[in-house]
Amino acid sequence: MENLDTYCKNTWCPGCSNFAILQALKQAVISLSEKGISKENIALTTGIGCHAKIVDYLNLNSFYSLHGRPIATAEGIKLANPDLKVLTLSGDGDSYNEGISHLIYAAKRNIDITVLIHDNRLFALTTGQFTATSPKGLKGRSTPEGCLEEPFNPLELMLASNATFIARGYSAKIEELKNLIIQAIEHKGFSFVEILQPCISFFNSYQFYQERVYELEDHDFISREQALKKIREWNYNGEDVKIPLGIFYKIQKPTFNDTLLEKLNPSKRPKQVDFENVLNTHI
Amino acid sequence: MSNDYSILIGGEAGQGSRKAGLIIAKLFNKLGYRIFIYDDYQSLIRGGHNFSQIRASEKEVLSHREKIDFLLALDENTIKKHKDNLDKEGVIIYNSDRIQSDQGIGMPIDKITKELGGIPIMANTALVAGFGKIVGIDWNVIEDVLKKEINKGIDLNLKIAKKAYQDTENRIKIEKIKQEPMPLVTGNEAIALGAVKAGLDMYFAYPMTPASGLLHYLARYQKDFKIAVCQLENEISVINTAIGSAYAGARAMVGTSGGGFALMTEALSLAAQSETPIVIVESQRPGPATGVPTYTGQADLLFSLFAGHGDFLRFVIAPGDADECFFWAGEILNLSWKYQTPSILLVDKQISESTFCLSRDVLDKVKYEPPLFWNGQGDYKRYKDTKDGISPLAFPGQENVVSKATSYEHDEFGITIEEDEQAIKVMQDKRLRKFQKMREEMEKLEAVKIYGNKNSDQAIIVWGSTKGPAKEVAEKLKIKMIQIVVIQPFPEKQIKEALKGVNKIISIETNALGQMEKVLNCYGIKPDNRILKYDSRPFLPEEIEEELNKIL
Repeated sequence: MENLDTYCKNTWCPGCSNFAILQALKQAVISLSEKGISKENIALTTGIGCHAKIVDYLNLNSFYSLHGRPIATAEGIKLANPDLKVLTLSGDGDSYNEGISHLIYAAKRNIDITVLIHDNRLFALTTGQFTATSPKGLKGRSTPEGCLEEPFNPLELMLASNATFIARGYSAKIEELKNLIIQAIEHKGFSFVEILQPCISFFNSYQFYQERVYELEDHDFISREQALKKIREWNYNGEDVKIPLGIFYKIQKPTFNDTLLEKLNPSKRPKQVDFENVLNTHI
Repeated sequence: MSNDYSILIGGEAGQGSRKAGLIIAKLFNKLGYRIFIYDDYQSLIRGGHNFSQIRASEKEVLSHREKIDFLLALDENTIKKHKDNLDKEGVIIYNSDRIQSDQGIGMPIDKITKELGGIPIMANTALVAGFGKIVGIDWNVIEDVLKKEINKGIDLNLKIAKKAYQDTENRIKIEKIKQEPMPLVTGNEAIALGAVKAGLDMYFAYPMTPASGLLHYLARYQKDFKIAVCQLENEISVINTAIGSAYAGARAMVGTSGGGFALMTEALSLAAQSETPIVIVESQRPGPATGVPTYTGQADLLFSLFAGHGDFLRFVIAPGDADECFFWAGEILNLSWKYQTPSILLVDKQISESTFCLSRDVLDKVKYEPPLFWNGQGDYKRYKDTKDGISPLAFPGQENVVSKATSYEHDEFGITIEEDEQAIKVMQDKRLRKFQKMREEMEKLEAVKIYGNKNSDQAIIVWGSTKGPAKEVAEKLKIKMIQIVVIQPFPEKQIKEALKGVNKIISIETNALGQMEKVLNCYGIKPDNRILKYDSRPFLPEEIEEELNKIL
């Protein structure tokens, strides 16, 4: 087995759920390499936040990007070299708050990248403020009386944005999460995996999830109606309902990169361009 | 006197005066004239007042001028707005079906168009053909150009043109010049061509005047150029996607104007920190904020020089005509990759959307220059600490490569460092050495150009689009003109050399604060006078001459 670790000292809080996500991702990469996808052909991007430190701990190609922008970075990588498997690791603050436009548009254009969202449902690295998926009333340093906004449901947003692969995993179920990551990467088109994770320092939702999560079974994931029904079972507030995990929606559509590039690999050289032909149109 | 004609064609938006202007320019191009076209329009789709002003001259011209020899009017407003600039021997040619005029030549172009079954926009074809007859251009030249320029309904257009040609009386005979026609390109098109020649792979943009022409042109020819062209959701996505592409080994360029560039500045800083090569074309229009979207100005100079948080150097290069756009677009792409740095090609509406002759000599001066690639020895380190600060490049997908790029301060491998202050300084020192190499590189470039009377003790200093009109005046008044082309790293030595023997310096630019003058001041160069224009319109040679006559 290949060593995917780096020499970087890990600075996540002891017991952080990101360790589990790191574990699942490493196992997924190892499984993929057994299936012939070499680690050289994998490129990761991250934004800024606790989630993003993951690339410092992985001996893989990576671009540690700006807050909110790792999806845009990933799209650029995929278009430049369509042979690569490109994964974005992002957080709720990163891609549901700061960079939400890129998430929506990447789904809309069905570019063949995988987006994993480490959703701890608050800003952790900045010591605890509410994000797009924080439950209403969450007390943080910026909302001492409790946050005033309702959360949105990111899976519903992804369905509305025409994502072709929508799944939810949970950091405490590493094996299931690994399998979701593998399927997401193998999906041809835009794949989105929301990962529920407790934040042990600022919002420990471990017990809450343990009591509610269940795996989707006999779910018709090509049906938009069925997907929506399951997605809406839980609306990210604190109410007493079950939380489904697994693949909610999965369909096949032409990818943006294939359609835009046709067979072109833009970075392959040399290129022969007939300048005279174009210049003659200017006379 | 040499042959030098100025033709203005105008009408409402939607009447096709711009296309008609280009056709007129191509007629003169075929007759061996050198061309400049100024296009003037507002942000609206119908109505308003649009015009194209074509200058056709025996000699190279880089600016339109005030006086008009032929005023071609598709609507009455065109005559009203421009007849004061008509030369005393100038001729008005107008649509007599719509316009009452007590002078000039009226053509019943609506009637001709209607009789032959044409649609209203074809009136401009009739006007162009009638004009061609008045100035004695052979029918076959007109036919050739129309066939090339009009894709839809060419047979009907030709019928209308022929009828207008036959019904109009010839007045004068424009002389043919013994020169080959040249490709007519806008500044935007020249930038596109130059970048492609230097190996451009991808172009990303969000529509914004006056840079959109670059997006449209590259999109139209993307298959010929073997590149990918992509419009994205906003300028933030544009630059971050381009940075991703460059990290994966593709030469990427983006284009925008001031407002879009403002949105890109965080990622500009990312490109510097992650040492990712990226070219930003910033085509200025007057600000602040939305400003005057379809007009021109040079008020983003200081912004371009200083945009982005943190300590870093970037190339800022301001070409002043199409040849320079072609050359420097290629050069700046190669430089960006050589030094793994963000760069800004700074133009404005007057350069981007005006049409120039492109010299074929410049084509051979630009080629793809490979950057420093990793030799495959040992472990790959994206930020290897080298003597000159330039770390060899390798890309994801390459065998034995783990390439880690980052926005954080980092070690050689690309791992975040926060605790080790010494390592943090090592990496900034590596980049400082690279900046020093960039400065040395600049000294080898023709960063400063001199025109006019090189021995004069009076010099005007210009940059970007002000070159065109100012050059004409410098040559006429026999004074020295210094054009600053590379603005960062600043070519202090070259400018000081150019200023030897000069005892009066006049700075000329189209902004309100005298931004280049402020840059010059930083290097102890103090212009004695300044000529500033900030009414959103470009300088005309006549205006510069008048102002200089007050000073000199």
